[in-house]
Amino acid sequence: MLVTILNVVIFGLLLGGLYALIAMGLSLQYGVARVLNISHGEFIMLGCMTTWTLFTVFGVNPFLSLVVCGPLAFLLGFIIHRTLFKRLMSLSASPGIFEGNSMLASFGLLFIIQNLASLAWGPEIRGYSYLRFPVSVAGAVFGANRLVTLGFALIIGLAFYLFVARTRLGKAIRAAAQDPATAGLMGVNINTVLALCFGLGAALAAIAGVLISLSYSVNVAMGMEYTIIAIIVVALGGLGSIPGSFIGGFLLGLIGSIVTFIDPVLSLAAYYLIFIIVLLVRPTGIMGK
Amino acid sequence: MLLLILLLLAGLPRFASAYAVVLLTSILMYIILTQSWVLFSGPTGYTSLAPAAFFGVGIYTAALVGLKLPLPVFIVAGGLASFCLALVVGALTLRLRGIYFAIFTFGLVQLIKNLLVWYEFSLTGTRGRFVVLVANNTIYYAMLAVLVLLLITAYLIRRSRYGLALQSIGENEEAAAHTGVNVTIVKVLTFAVSASFMGAAGAIMATKWTYVDPYMAFNPLRSFMPVLMAIFGGMGQFYGPVLGATVFAYLEETFLTKFPYYYMLLVGIILVITIVYLPGGLVGLVQKGRRAISRRGQNANT
Repeated sequence: MLVTILNVVIFGLLLGGLYALIAMGLSLQYGVARVLNISHGEFIMLGCMTTWTLFTVFGVNPFLSLVVCGPLAFLLGFIIHRTLFKRLMSLSASPGIFEGNSMLASFGLLFIIQNLASLAWGPEIRGYSYLRFPVSVAGAVFGANRLVTLGFALIIGLAFYLFVARTRLGKAIRAAAQDPATAGLMGVNINTVLALCFGLGAALAAIAGVLISLSYSVNVAMGMEYTIIAIIVVALGGLGSIPGSFIGGFLLGLIGSIVTFIDPVLSLAAYYLIFIIVLLVRPTGIMGK
Repeated sequence: MLLLILLLLAGLPRFASAYAVVLLTSILMYIILTQSWVLFSGPTGYTSLAPAAFFGVGIYTAALVGLKLPLPVFIVAGGLASFCLALVVGALTLRLRGIYFAIFTFGLVQLIKNLLVWYEFSLTGTRGRFVVLVANNTIYYAMLAVLVLLLITAYLIRRSRYGLALQSIGENEEAAAHTGVNVTIVKVLTFAVSASFMGAAGAIMATKWTYVDPYMAFNPLRSFMPVLMAIFGGMGQFYGPVLGATVFAYLEETFLTKFPYYYMLLVGIILVITIVYLPGGLVGLVQKGRRAISRRGQNANT
């Protein structure tokens, strides 16, 4: 009995760690840059596919891919924001219109990225095997790759939280999240900070992708599912709250694990139901303003 | 002018190839989806990503009752089912802010799909369903009839006090409420009416596909396409969505047949370019062109 509970809880934490990372990235992009990035999952997919290529073709350790994919995704996100979304911001008459327009533009981005990836990697489902030996945690057995993933998710999440809470740049980000115009008046280089946040969000997505590829199979169409999960977690944790996304991710992971235990087919439906309930009962989420 | 086009469309199956009829049925479907989306989301500004949900409900209504009831009846049934769903959804969620509403309707499509998958899998043991077979020409005429109905409805709404109420809600909801507009009823009713046309279109389309399963019926892409086509066409004028849907549906057909590997890429690029450079859509482009021509005419006269 205890083993079952442990199994469910730890599996929930494993899922939750990934969900937390994905959601934190989207939370940055939506909470600060005010872009509901529907193509978020595509950056995750890019992280997965790149890691797969690096591992199977060049034999590169997936954890080394973390240091490759993260900064590359950051650069990509930064450039995209500076060119596309900055332009949209100056064109949009109001923040509400910008949110709508940027969401649609990000959808266009989704199409572009997914198609380019499909041309590069082809439609087959791929996977690789790394650290796939079993480890026993108090009687329940898990793959080492999953436990390491959880560890990394926690470390990265914590590091990120400290970055936002303790550093000067983090303060600038928090200021920009509260009120971009006033932050600009206070000396924050708002253009750079917004693009930075978008880039960081993309980087977190790619890092999550690297970790996902350790435990799951990957293919170019996998992004959408993760984008939806990220949106659900961000809504659950509170739109614009990064700690909320972190906690919300683990919460959703636990719920997912419990529902999977009861009836695996229902887990996705359960996610959406939670999503709808949250939006109706408490739209600001658990920790939102 | 419009009457001429309609007459032409009505006589089409007699002198065009079967391919043209099928292609046009598809284009008509897109026009219906786009125009009914614009019916609600145009004036009010609430971006609804639920067309796929209502379309899918129409499809499944056709799948469930199509074998027992005649065609016009189950088309109406599809429309009615979507109408009821939209009433419920609208009443629950139209008090959410714009972006929340969009996200919610997006989630709705997935929720219904997953619930249906679970229901079919666990309780009825089916994976997909067969739909009654209907002749291509009949499908074409049915689609055309629904479109004409929709255009008449859209035109009447736009020109009536009801349409003014919608627009006032879109511009400032609180002010509209203060001037006496029953905001909730207007929003929910319009949402439901737009949904019913999508459901009817879905019911018709199901007969063309003849086999449906939840994944096919509830494709989130079909929620974004009407939005894209409406933006591409331009929402300023009445004919904007029709123009956008026609051009885009035709482009889609061309892309799918000529560049199947680049289809998504091209659609994505068009979407991004439209949002950044063509905020008024094709209609905006036409208006700019007219203005440029009239300006040149004025310059030539003086």
